[in-house]
Amino acid sequence: MSETKFSRDHEWVRLDGGVATIGITDHAQNALGDVVFVDLPEVGREVAAGESIAVVESVKAASDVYAPIAGKIVEVNSALGENPGTINAAPTTDGWFFRIEASNPAEVAALMDEAEYAAFVDTLA
Amino acid sequence: MADSSTETLFETPLASLHRELGGRMVPFAGYLMPVQYPAGIMAEHLHCRAAASLFDVSHMGQAELIGEGAAAALERVTPADVQSLKPGRQKYGLLTTDDGGILDDFMVANLGERLFLVVNASRKHVDLPRIESALPAGVTLRPLPDRALIALQGPGAVAAIATLAPGIAELPFMGVGSFNIAGVAALVSRSGYTGEDGVEVSVPAEQAEAFARAVLALPGVLPAGLGARDSLRLEAGLCLYGNDIDETTSAVEAALTWTIGKRRRTEWNFPGADRVRDELANGAKRLRVGIRPEGRQPARGHTPIHTPGGVAPQGAPVNSAIGEITSGGFGPSLNGPMAMGYVARDHAADGTALELMVRGKALPAVVAPMPFIPHRYAR
Repeated sequence: MSETKFSRDHEWVRLDGGVATIGITDHAQNALGDVVFVDLPEVGREVAAGESIAVVESVKAASDVYAPIAGKIVEVNSALGENPGTINAAPTTDGWFFRIEASNPAEVAALMDEAEYAAFVDTLA
Repeated sequence: MADSSTETLFETPLASLHRELGGRMVPFAGYLMPVQYPAGIMAEHLHCRAAASLFDVSHMGQAELIGEGAAAALERVTPADVQSLKPGRQKYGLLTTDDGGILDDFMVANLGERLFLVVNASRKHVDLPRIESALPAGVTLRPLPDRALIALQGPGAVAAIATLAPGIAELPFMGVGSFNIAGVAALVSRSGYTGEDGVEVSVPAEQAEAFARAVLALPGVLPAGLGARDSLRLEAGLCLYGNDIDETTSAVEAALTWTIGKRRRTEWNFPGADRVRDELANGAKRLRVGIRPEGRQPARGHTPIHTPGGVAPQGAPVNSAIGEITSGGFGPSLNGPMAMGYVARDHAADGTALELMVRGKALPAVVAPMPFIPHRYAR
């Protein structure tokens, strides 16, 4: 599995054999607060980079989750339906949202690495 | 709310304490307020229902009305029966517009020689001039910007604060009294905005932090922010001014007819009485109701409400909306989504099926009685 990359929309992306696993970062789950519901995309859907494809609802508000890369949704984490709190408890492991078969794996390589993302988050404070 | 980045935000006397406690400060009604502390909204909400939570509500407007005939004067701007309010008692009421809309909701307490008022932060600049304009010679409105307001709410709230001032335990629901609490002269009312037993305490601003620290040191008391305050009040079915009631909604539409005194409904001498009288006689076109969405997905404010089948599967409405959600979210104690909103009168009965248009999809819902979580006031 390749290194974890990060989008400016606070998603993490891990590419493994052409399929990217995607979730939201610890920074994002902390900013959202307690997640109570997640609306995931349909498997098989073709998505464009930057397209809003999921919604995460906290007690306080609803927030969009964007596709960080283009491709086809090949799997969603349906366990989040029963246990949306996993997004808060384990955002970068069991709290993953969906898997995208990348149209162009180079899109993943172009995302931020961990140090770049940490620097980006610091600029938001 | 307007873009707050360009306006100067006020702080309450507890601002530095909020920061020390790790509060996440956000703009609200012109003030920088803690939306939550590190525990998070869910934990803060559940703690309030289980023990006791301290809320800073110092952004709210406090004022006194002094002079012979103060109660009668206040009745010129509210349909509440203020003149029957006994010393040591408080009531909830509405300030109404000349068109029968709601200018604000407020609390009024009879302190014997004067009336004590609490109004919304976002409306004090409207309310106080409105009240002032109705006053005869000899009655004076005195704003109290130098006072903080701190709420302690939850089933353990009164027992906790009564360790500092035992007399508080004797206050009935909506009773008011003056107490010395940890050396601070405090005005205490047994009331709140959570549906739980508890108190709201008015203290001098310069002593607010010492007071809050003394209360937070009591066993079982933790701080809670505006986020938990909002989910608690929605579970309790209580209105938020600006969301659920405003200058376009009437007391009848808002299901707040109970705030109109019986005597006032014979005199019809309050602002907007014509509209209220007509709606009581002929029925309001729309009514505020509780709404329970099916499943776990919340429907937020401004979500359009349709009749079942009113939204095609691809999301296009096939008939016009019958109403709109005004407050909606997830109830931590309810463990499910909840909302309130206005629907056409024919669709307002408990159990009526509805469809909510959430992000282009129809979400089934039902009209449900409020409060969603039973009130546990001291009686």
